[in-house]
Parts: sequence; structure tokens; C-alpha cells
Amino acid sequence: MPTTVSMTVNGKKVSGSIEPRTLLVQFIRETLGLTGTHVGCDTSQCGSCVVHVDGKSVKSCTILAAQAEGSDVLTIEGVAKDGKLHPMQEAFRENHGLQCGFCTPGMVMSALDLVKNNKNPSEQQIRDWLEGNICRCTGYHNIVKAIAAGAKAMA
Amino acid sequence: MADMGIGVSVKRREDARFLTGNGTYTDDINRHGQTHAIIVRSPHAHARIKKINQAKAKAMPGVVAIFTGEDMKVGSLPCGWLIKNQDGSNMVEPGHPPIAQGKVRHVGDPVVVVVAETRQQALEAAEAVTVDYEVLPSVSSLKAATKAGAPLVWDEAKGNICYDWALGDKAAVDAAFAGAHKIVKIDLVNNRLIPNAMEPRAAIGDFDKATGDYTLYTTSQNPHVIRLLMGAFVLSIPESKLRVVAPDVGGGFGSKIYHYAEEAIVTWGAGQLKRPIKWTAERSESFMSDAHGRDHVTHAELALDKDGKFLALKAETLANMGAYLSTFATCVPTYLHATLLAGVYTTPAIWCNVKAVFTNTVPVDAYRGAGRPEATFLLERIVDIAAREMKMDPAEIRRKNFIQTSQFPYQTPVALQYDTGNYDATLDMALKMIDYKGFAGRKAAAAAKGKLRGIGVSCYIEACGIAPSAVVGSLGARAGLYECANVRVHPTGSVSIFTGSHSHGQGHETTFAQVVAEKLGIPSEQIEIVHGDTAKVPFGMGTYGSRSIAVGGAALVKALDKIILKGRKIAAHLMEASEKDVEFKDGKFTVAGTDKAKTFGEVALTAYVPHNYPITELEPGLEEQAFYDPLNFTYPSGCYIAEVEIDKDTGTLEIMRFVASDDFGKIINPMIVEGQVHGGIAQGLGQALLESCVYDKDGQLLTGSYNDYCMPRADDFPNFDVQHTDKPTPCTHNPLGVKGCGEAGAIGAPPAVMNAICNALGVVHMDMPATPEKIWRAANAHMARAAE
Repeated sequence: MPTTVSMTVNGKKVSGSIEPRTLLVQFIRETLGLTGTHVGCDTSQCGSCVVHVDGKSVKSCTILAAQAEGSDVLTIEGVAKDGKLHPMQEAFRENHGLQCGFCTPGMVMSALDLVKNNKNPSEQQIRDWLEGNICRCTGYHNIVKAIAAGAKAMA
Repeated sequence: MADMGIGVSVKRREDARFLTGNGTYTDDINRHGQTHAIIVRSPHAHARIKKINQAKAKAMPGVVAIFTGEDMKVGSLPCGWLIKNQDGSNMVEPGHPPIAQGKVRHVGDPVVVVVAETRQQALEAAEAVTVDYEVLPSVSSLKAATKAGAPLVWDEAKGNICYDWALGDKAAVDAAFAGAHKIVKIDLVNNRLIPNAMEPRAAIGDFDKATGDYTLYTTSQNPHVIRLLMGAFVLSIPESKLRVVAPDVGGGFGSKIYHYAEEAIVTWGAGQLKRPIKWTAERSESFMSDAHGRDHVTHAELALDKDGKFLALKAETLANMGAYLSTFATCVPTYLHATLLAGVYTTPAIWCNVKAVFTNTVPVDAYRGAGRPEATFLLERIVDIAAREMKMDPAEIRRKNFIQTSQFPYQTPVALQYDTGNYDATLDMALKMIDYKGFAGRKAAAAAKGKLRGIGVSCYIEACGIAPSAVVGSLGARAGLYECANVRVHPTGSVSIFTGSHSHGQGHETTFAQVVAEKLGIPSEQIEIVHGDTAKVPFGMGTYGSRSIAVGGAALVKALDKIILKGRKIAAHLMEASEKDVEFKDGKFTVAGTDKAKTFGEVALTAYVPHNYPITELEPGLEEQAFYDPLNFTYPSGCYIAEVEIDKDTGTLEIMRFVASDDFGKIINPMIVEGQVHGGIAQGLGQALLESCVYDKDGQLLTGSYNDYCMPRADDFPNFDVQHTDKPTPCTHNPLGVKGCGEAGAIGAPPAVMNAICNALGVVHMDMPATPEKIWRAANAHMARAAE
């Protein structure tokens, strides 16, 4: 039986009729058509699907859309404001912190949550935090650099 | 446009869309009226399909169609390279139906395709399909497959041998061994890897009822190659009726070169149903259906004289092909491996025998480096063992055997002719970067805190810029390996570039635009780079083997030169000057010795508004196309050094330093090149320390998810110190002097870190991945030896 879920996504109130088993990532990608949030695995490890739910980073493949009922969700599409990249996004661009771009939205969302709680993370803290985000292109070197620079720019 | 031209670390133009979630990957595309396919795959390594029970599934909600191998009788997924046996006969080349027919030959082999209105419905119906199998004996390792009396993957492949091939002068090698001062030996396994691009493969087949045209959207590194292979060999659709689009692609590393069954299934199925069909792999499906990489077992011997000069090398390799021959599988252990066994050394005699072996596993094909990492690992490990046995410094034994700068062009005994290089320069630079002389002190300091510290040198060379068509054709390639570029100058002077190279992370939209900005002197905003669509790009062979800038970039330069040539004729007419007096520089045509000038934009406009135009001699319009077929491979080389510390109580390892000194010839964008090297090193270190594909003896894939296959994470590595040599040797035979940089890291890194580990532990050899358990066992054996 379909059920209706409502939440705020990127500042807009949205709702949709979905099957109860629908994952948040499916709701975001398929119902809302926000395809910046990616699916790179089926074991909740790659982190390509990280979004913020009520201000905290969450792998959107690990929760049901219904669990986000009434929540405030931020996806990568909501990060840049007025056509201007967020300082963290700008830091990824400036430091060549992305190549194919597939893991990138999850990396940025994860980085934003890190910096929210740790305004000046060390290299080791950044590397530890990224345990749940896999990148196959960059060797992480420039991602780590980008997050450090992004944190600085946000301070 | 100096700030946007060649040699500048221009920030990437593709980043804005990726950073804002506006990239368009295949799974982001949805077609009107689209259905969804789920593939029921074999749970067995080898079995006869007795009966497929689909009645229950067929009756389920939303099910549109169910296809089996009996329904889809089409051509075979082709192999692109014919290898000859030592006796001159052809390799065994079994068929590869997109959906299994009669038998399955590896876990993951497609058996039934369920198409439904939604993905959920397709998933549920797929659950309801049951297949009766008669399980057959299987072989899942090289060892098992080559044992006498082993079960056969293919009846026609006796002993499971696909081919038995050799390269080099065996008599010369035997003679050199007979007179050698020292012979060192190694038995090694080059561990099997699963590429794991972060974007899982996906494909959408579409069929236009009005025109009868097919469109395939797919996660490919080379859409034209897919159009050719699928159109000509599998589905018999002419190029004019088949469009292949590879939009944003989330990493490839080789695994997205090949023509896969699912591409043919959704395209053919769309024609059957007259509706689009979408298929997207789940990661666990990727593990059992993407082509794997490496998987060699090798015995090698090196003969030396009393001064440590290499006299001869012989290598015997078993290479796993998996159950079917993937597109480039057969050339990887032969022409991309044995041909690299000279390395950067003057070894005068080399012989290599490769036996390719069928097993009941996923097909194995090129993965970042493809053959060259295997060659480099073999060579750089045996050279290290030689240094140890000769009691020579590992850096010095290498230096002693280097091909000297005065020896280029250098003909190796294994077919390749290196055009240029400077191996002393990259070695010297890397030794300096890591402070090689200070190592003894650092080792002592580590020992004082109970740690084992080791250092490992690796000098690599690779053959890139694949490849001269005539050469590869004579060696069995069934394709040419040129590249195509089309330059369309629009009336207002903006330019669209259509390139057959494909970018799936490499940043071609930025680097190719830099080449155009440099050549035409126009701002980068006026340059558009188009790739990945057979309906837009005239032709292309795609991106692999670090060929994009060396071959695709060269084609682009050729086409740009034609534009400039025509532009000069138009400008000469406009300025009433002789064509030979017209110069083109910084976006302006000028007449030597005068102040007459016409901008590139003015000339472009004149070409499309030819009121004052040499119309009897010149066609209007400004668009040119070029194909470039390379004259030789390119030969990037370099030196990587790793320094590690081992905790002998736990077997854990820390990479203390990793330095890379590369010679890529001329560089277009240093920032992007550095990023490519970082990524390659990470994959190389992944192979050396973490990753390994494991099948059990019954052919079950034990490493079938990220729970079991150890992907490198950010906290596994330090920062890498990557530098370009201060004495680069530009490629001598392409117009940009470029060599390619995409694979170097994956080639040079594994032996560097393994040599460091062996050095730290004082052991002769350790197979990859060097897990803490393996290291702990070795470290404790070492202590036991020391105590004796």
C-alpha cells in the first residue's frame, strides 16, 4: 500500500506517494528527480549517497524515506546559493579534489558535517572522518587538501 | 591565451556541474515509457541449465517480458585481439552469448532477463524465477585449471589453455644463462583485482518506432567501439541505425572499455518491446559481472654477470582469462606485458612464454595499467632480489643497467623501440626527494622504537599512446587504434571540438580546451569540448592505455592546423596579401612587416558570410577533421620510492613517505597530471596492501561486496610527494610531445612498496596484498631467524 511522505528538501516542502519500503535515496533520486545524490554500493559503505537530515550527515541508502517524514533534508543540489559555489565546493574545485565526480556529492556533504563539528580538522582527523566515503579516482590526497582548505574558508 | 594554454594548471571546467549535483550519469537518465530490467544470474560456477521456470514470474504485476538465451539468439560478444600460439595456430576462441545458452560458466553469468514497469516489480519477479541446474565440476584458479585432468571450461580448450604464446629469442636467453655468473629466481602471483569504478555500470536501450533507430546510453569509455562491436558482431544493426551515448561516466580504469552483455540485452530488448529498457548494476552485481584485472602466476629468472649487469631474463606466466574472452583480454598478458620486460634496462636477451587459461570465473581484462603493472612488478621485484644476492645497492644495480640517453632510439629485444627517456634523471630526483642517503639513520631511529623500517625503489616504463594501427594489426588486433577530432568553428568565432577520446574523470573538457586556446589564441569560454556521443562525434576509438592526449590530442592538433591553414587563406584574401606572408599568432592573422591584422573571429565570420571571399579557390565554412594514427607507442617512465615502517608485534604497516618522479614528456595541465598520478598510486598501493579478489575452490566469489573486498580508504595512505622530472624528454613523434600519465601510478607503486616491505622484513619475496597477517608471520619468522 502506498504511503505519503512529506519533508523539506533544500528548503522546499515536498511530498510524494511511495511504497513504504522506499529508501530515502530512492525518494530523492526517483520521486524528486534530484540525481546529484548517487548510489555506488549496496552495503552502505561507499558514501556516494550522503545527505544531511536535520543537519546531520546520513547515508540516504540506509534509512527509509518514511523515517525522514517531517525532516529537513539537504542534498548536494541545495548547497550552492544564488548560483555561487559554497566555500567547500569551491575548495574542491580549487584543489582538484574530484575527478569523475561520482563520489563528490557525498564527499562534500560529509565534509560539511565534519567542519560543522570541527572547525579546524587536522589531516588525520579528515582522513579518519572519510572512513565512510570511498573515492577510486583521487587517492584522497586532494580531497583531504580540499576539505582542510574548505574548513579554513568557512571559518 | 597564455593563462589558459598548455602548461598551466587551469581549474577544471567540468567541476561546477559535478560539485552541484548536475552531472548526468547513465542512471540519471530516464526515457519516456521506460521499463526496467533485472538480470537473474548464475549462482553456480559451472552448470547445465536444465529448466527455467518463469510462469509464476510472468504472471506477476508489472512484468512486461522475460527473456532467456533461447529468446535472444544473436551474435557472440566479440574478442578484439587474435593471439597466435607458438606453433602458429590460432588461440581457442569460444563464443560468448549475452544470455547463457545451455550452460553457465561463472557465478554471475546472465541466465534470465526480467523486464517490468518498475524496478521493484522486476526485482520481485526475478525472485520468482527458478532455474533447475545440473551442477558441473568447475575450476576457479590457475592452479586448479592447469592440473592434469582438470574439468574443462570449454570442451574445445584442451587443458583449459586458450593460447600458448611466446616472445623473444629463447636460444639467446639459454646461451646467456649458460654463461651467467649468477642466476636469481622468483615465483610470484600478481593478485586478481576488481576495478570498482565508483559508478556501477548501467545501460538504457531505446528504440524509435518512427525511424527504426536504436539508442544505447551506457557507462562506456569508448562509445564508438561499442557501436562497432555490438552493431557489427552481436545485433547486426548498421552504424546509421545505432547511436551510442556515454554521458558523464563515473570512473572506468579499463573496466568500462569492454562490450558487455547488458548493453546488447537492453538494446535488443528495446527493439523487441518497442520500449526503452533500463538496467543499472547493483554493486554486488558489478563484482560478479565487471571484467576483473591482473591474475597472473609467474616464474622468472634473471642472469647476471659478476658486475651486476643483466645478461638475460626469462619469464613463464599463466594468465587467467576467466570463462569468456573479454574485448581486450587476450592482448593484456602478451603485447602489453611481455613487450615491457626490458623495462628501463639494457638486458640483451629476453624470452617470455604466456599461457592464457580459462577458468570458471568472471572474464579478466585490462585494469589500469593492463599488463604493464604485471611486467613492472615482475621486473622490479627480481631486480631487487638480484641486488640483494649480489650485495649491491638496489638503486645502483638499476642505474648500472639503465639504457643511457645516448642510446635512443633504443630497440629492446621484445619488439618495442623506445624513442626517448632519461632514467638517471628520474632516479636521481626520487633519491633526493626521499633523502635516500639518510635512510640508514631513519632505520636506526625506527629500530630504537621497535619498528622495522624499509625502503623500496621502483623504476618503471610503460608503453602508452596506444597504438600504431599497422603494428597492432600485424600482432592480431582486429581494430585500428587511431583517434579522430573534428573542429567546428562557428560564424562568431566560437569553436566546438568533437573528440573520439572519452573523459570519465580525466578532465579532457579542460585539457583539450587548453590545447585549442593555445593553438587558436581564443578565450576558453569560446571553446566547447564534445565527447561521448556517436551522433555528434564523427568517430573515435576512446580512452584507455593513457592514449587520450597522445593520440586524441594529436588528432586535435592536426585538425586545428587545418583550420589555421584555411584561415590563413581567408585572411590573405581579406588583407590582399600573399598567403605566405600571413602569420597567425595569439588569435590574430597579420601580414609580416605591416600593421594589417584580422582576428580569428573576423576570419570565421568571413568564412560563413563570404561576400568578400576567394570563392573560386575555397569553399565557405570553417570546419576540419583529422584522424591521427600514432607512429609509435609513447614511453612514460619514472622512479617511485616508498618508505615503510612495520610494527612487528601486530604486523601493521605505515607508509611513511611515498615519492614519485615521473617523465611524461610535455605536460598540458600539471594539476590534472598530478591528480592522475595520485589516483594511480592509490590503486597501486591498494593492490599491494589491501585488495584481492578471492574465489573458493567451487568458484564462489568470496569477495563480492565492500564487506569483503578491501577498498582503499583515506586513512590507509599518507600524502604523496609527486613531482615531474626536471629533465623531461618530450615524445619525439607526436605534435604535442606528450606521453600520457593515467596509468603510471598503478604501474610504479606496487613494486616500490613491496620492495620496501621485503627490505624492512629482510625477506626475499612476499605476494600481494601484504596484509598485516602476512607481514606479522614474516616479521616473526625474521626474528626467529635472527635468534638462531
